[in-house]
Amino acid sequence: MKFLTTTAITLAMTVGAAQAEGELVLYHWFEYIPQELLDKFTAETGINVTMDTYDSNEAMLASLKAGALGTYDVAVPGDYMVEIMIGEGMLDTIGDGELANKGNIAPQWANPSFDPGWKHSIPYQWGSTSFSVDTDTYSGDINTTDILFNPPEELKGKINMLDSQGEVLAMASLHLGIPQCSTDREQLKALNNMLQAAKENWASFNSDTAKEVLVSGDAAAGMIYDGFSAKAREEKASITYAFPTQGYVVWMDNVVLLKDAPNRDSAIKFMDFLLEPENIAAVSNFARYGNGLSGTAEFLDPALATLPEANPQPGAGAGAFIQVCDEATQAVYDQIWTNLKK
Amino acid sequence: MKPATNVRAYRGFFGITLLCLFILYAPLVVVTVYSFNDSRSITVWEGMSLRWYADVFVGPESGKFKEAAFNSFTIALVAATVATAIAVTSATAIVRAGRFRLRMPSLGLITLPIMVPEIVLAVATLIFFNSIGISRGYLTILIAHIAFCIPFAYLPVQARMQGLEDTFEQAAMDLYATRFQAFRRVLLPLMIPGIISGFLLAFIVSLDDFIITNFVKGAGVETLPTAIFGSVKQGIKPNIMAISTMLLGVSVIMVAISYFAAKWDNTK
Amino acid sequence: MAGGGVQKGRGPVSETYAPVRYPLLVPAWAVLLVFVAAPVAMMLVYSFLTKEFRGGVIWEFSLAAYDQFFFDRGLFGDEPPRIEWTYITIFWRSIWQAGLATLLSLLIGFPTAYFIATRPKDTRAIWVFLITIPYWVNLLIRTVSMRFLLREQGPLNDTLLALGVLDEPLRLINTNLAVQLGLFYSYLPFMVLPIYAAVERYNFTYSEAAADLYATKWATLRRVVLPAVKPGVIAGCILVFVPSLGAFLAPDLLGGAKNFMIGSLIEEQFKGNAGNWPFGAAASMILLTLVLIALLVATSLQRRAEGPR
Repeated sequence: MKFLTTTAITLAMTVGAAQAEGELVLYHWFEYIPQELLDKFTAETGINVTMDTYDSNEAMLASLKAGALGTYDVAVPGDYMVEIMIGEGMLDTIGDGELANKGNIAPQWANPSFDPGWKHSIPYQWGSTSFSVDTDTYSGDINTTDILFNPPEELKGKINMLDSQGEVLAMASLHLGIPQCSTDREQLKALNNMLQAAKENWASFNSDTAKEVLVSGDAAAGMIYDGFSAKAREEKASITYAFPTQGYVVWMDNVVLLKDAPNRDSAIKFMDFLLEPENIAAVSNFARYGNGLSGTAEFLDPALATLPEANPQPGAGAGAFIQVCDEATQAVYDQIWTNLKK
Repeated sequence: MKPATNVRAYRGFFGITLLCLFILYAPLVVVTVYSFNDSRSITVWEGMSLRWYADVFVGPESGKFKEAAFNSFTIALVAATVATAIAVTSATAIVRAGRFRLRMPSLGLITLPIMVPEIVLAVATLIFFNSIGISRGYLTILIAHIAFCIPFAYLPVQARMQGLEDTFEQAAMDLYATRFQAFRRVLLPLMIPGIISGFLLAFIVSLDDFIITNFVKGAGVETLPTAIFGSVKQGIKPNIMAISTMLLGVSVIMVAISYFAAKWDNTK
Repeated sequence: MAGGGVQKGRGPVSETYAPVRYPLLVPAWAVLLVFVAAPVAMMLVYSFLTKEFRGGVIWEFSLAAYDQFFFDRGLFGDEPPRIEWTYITIFWRSIWQAGLATLLSLLIGFPTAYFIATRPKDTRAIWVFLITIPYWVNLLIRTVSMRFLLREQGPLNDTLLALGVLDEPLRLINTNLAVQLGLFYSYLPFMVLPIYAAVERYNFTYSEAAADLYATKWATLRRVVLPAVKPGVIAGCILVFVPSLGAFLAPDLLGGAKNFMIGSLIEEQFKGNAGNWPFGAAASMILLTLVLIALLVATSLQRRAEGPR
C-alpha cells in the first residue's frame, strides 16, 4: 500500500510537471491491467497513457465503428474479434522487425488461426469463460451447463449472465450440443426457444459486475472468466468455478494495432513493452490468466500454476474458441440475441 | 397575512412531508456516513476514518479522478458561461424587445433541449458529430454541454428580467444614455441575481450530465459522472462514496449561493 | 422549469431593445439550430438508412428500422409479418414504469407541496430549500446511493432485519420496483416545486367559503383546491413523467439491465452489442413523438384547467 501511494504521488507530480514525451490511448477491457504496470511504462518511456474500458468484444467493435477509430492506438480484442476486425480492415499492419521482442512469443502460439504470423496483433492473455456458483447456496453438481440454462431450484432468479453475445450464445450452443454458426433451422429454433425459457431464471445481464454480484451475494451463480472468478474466490471462498462436461469457452485476448492510430510509435513501444516476460507476467499476476510468452515462469506468482480456475477437473468437457459466422448466419444469431435481451 | 386556519391544514400531510424528506435524504445520508467507514468492504462498519478521502487524492485511481474532475469543472465552467451569455442576450430580445414574429419560435427553440428526452438528444448529437466527421473528445462534450445548458441558464434569467420594470432603462435613455449603455450600466447590474442563478443552474446541470457525455465522449476523456459510472459498474467502492460526498458538498454550497442570489433584491 | 412561459397574449411588452432584437437572438439561434435542431433532423434521416453489418450505416433509403420495430418476420426473416410486440412491450413497460413513478411522486409530492405552501411565509423558504437540495445533487450519485441502500445486504435490509420487521431480506435490487423507486426518487423534487408554486398562489378564501357551506375538508380539497391548482399538478406530472420515460441510469443500475426500458434499448444500439444505428434512431424518433404527444396533451389540459379567466 505504501509503495502504491508513493508511486501514485510521484506519478501525479511528474504528470503535472514534465511535458509528456508522447501519448498512448489504450482501449482495454475493464479491471484487467494493473495501474502500476502502466505507470512503469510511463516511467520507462515518458509516454502518458490514457485508458478507456469496455465490457465486451462486441461493445468495443460497435464503439470503434461508431467513429472512435482513429482516436485510439491499441485495443485488446479476443481471438474471434481479431479475425472480425482484420476482415473489417480496422487494424494496421505491424512491419517486420518493428517489434524487437517478437521472439518472446511462446512456440505453441507462434501461428494463431485468427491472425496468422501475428501481423496485426500480439498475444496478451488467455483463459476460459464458464460460470461460477456460490457453493454455500447450492451444493449439488455444478459441472454442467444446466446450472445456467436449466437451473436447480436454489439458483433460480439468482443467475447473472455476461452481457456478451459471443460468449452467451457459444455456451448455449455447447449446452444443446449444436455447432456454433449452425445454419440448421431446427437447431437455431431450438437454441432460441431454450434461451427464452432459460431467461426466466436469470436475474441480470452484466459483465463488469460479474465478480461483484457473486461476492456481494446479489447473484448465487454467474457466467464469468476464470481469472475474474479466482479474484472473486479470494474475496469469498465459496465461489467455485465450473468446467462443465458439455464444454466451455476458451479465448485469447490480443493487443492489436488499430488503423489510423494517432500515436502509432507509442503503440509499437507499448506492444514491445508487453512482449517482455516480466511485464506480461505482471498482468497475469494481477488478472490471474495465462499469457502467450515464453520465459515468464520466474516472474509469475507460483499460486497461478495450481489455480483451480485454470485446471479443469478430469472429465471436464473440451474448451471451444468462439467462431466467426458469415453475415447471413450472424443475422440469425443477432436476432436470437435481440430476442433474449428484449 | 392572517394565521393559518384549520381550513388549510390536513391531517397527515405533515407526516407525508417528513416521509418525503426522509426518502430524499436517506440515501444521501447513508452514503455520507459510509464514506467515513474505515473498512475496505462496503458492508461492514469498522469505525471512523478519512482513509477513503485520502485514497481519492493519492490512491491508485487518483490520477483518473483528478483528470475527470478537471474535465468536469472546466467543461461546466465554460459551458455555463457561454450558455448564460447566450441566455442573457436572448432573454433581452424576448422580454424587452416588443412582440415580433420570431419571438415565440425563439422561445420554443431555446427550451427545445429540455423538451427532448435526454437520451434522444444524446443519440442525435452522436449521429451529428459522426456524420460530419468530428472525432469525439473534449470539444464534442463541451459543444453538447453548451447547447443543452442554454434553457437552464435562460429560465432564471428570463424570470428575473420579467420581474424588472423597464423604467430604469427608460430613465437612463431619457438622460441620453445610448441603448448599449442602458443595457450595460442599468439592466445588466440589475440582472445579476438572475444571472448568478442561471449560471449556477447551468453549471450544476453540466456537472450532473451523464447520458449525453457518455454518448459524445471520445478516447480517454472522462468526466466525473462517466468515471464514477465506470467504477460503480464494478461494484460500489468506498472511494466512490468519498467522491460522492465531496460532490454533494459542492452541490450544497452552490444551492446555497443560488438561494441567496435569488433573494437578493438589488433594485432598491 | 414550470412557469417558464412568457406572457403570450395581453399585457404590454417592453420595447426598449426592439431595434436590436435580431442581433440579440443570433447566438441562441446559431448554437441551437446547429447543435440541437440539425442533429435531431439528422437522426430522422438516419432512421431511414440501411444498417451496416457489425455497426454503422450505409447511405441507402430503407424502412427496415421501422419494420423491425413494428413487425415480426420470424427468426429467419422470411415468415409473413406479424405484429412485433417486443418493442411495443418495452415502450409500454417504460410508460407504465414512468407512470407509476409519476403517481407515486404525486401521492407523496402533493401533500408535501401543500403542506409547505401553507407554512408561515418565513419558514416556507426553508422547506423549499430542503426539497431543492437533493435535486442539485448529481443524479448518478443519487442513483448509486439508492442502489447501495437497497442491496440485499444493504443498510435498508440490515435495519429492517435488526428491528425485527423482516425475517429475511427483501429482494429489491434488480426488480421493477427498484426501478420505480429510483425514478420516483430521482424526480420527486420536480413534482413538489410546481405544485408548491400553484398552491402558494391559491386563494384560501375559496376553501373558507366551501367550509362555510358545510363542505367536508376532503370534499373541499377534491372539489375546490385540486381544480384550482391543477395546472401545477399537470406541470409536475410532466416534469416527472418525461425524464422517467427516457431514463437510463435507474433501469441500468437498479433494474439489472435485464428488463429493458426505452433508454437502455436505445443505448444498446449505439454503445452495446447490438450496433444497429438506424434502429436506435428510429426508436429515438418514436420516443420523441410520444413525448411531444404527452406535452401537447398536457398543454391543452393545462389550458382547459386555467380556463378563460
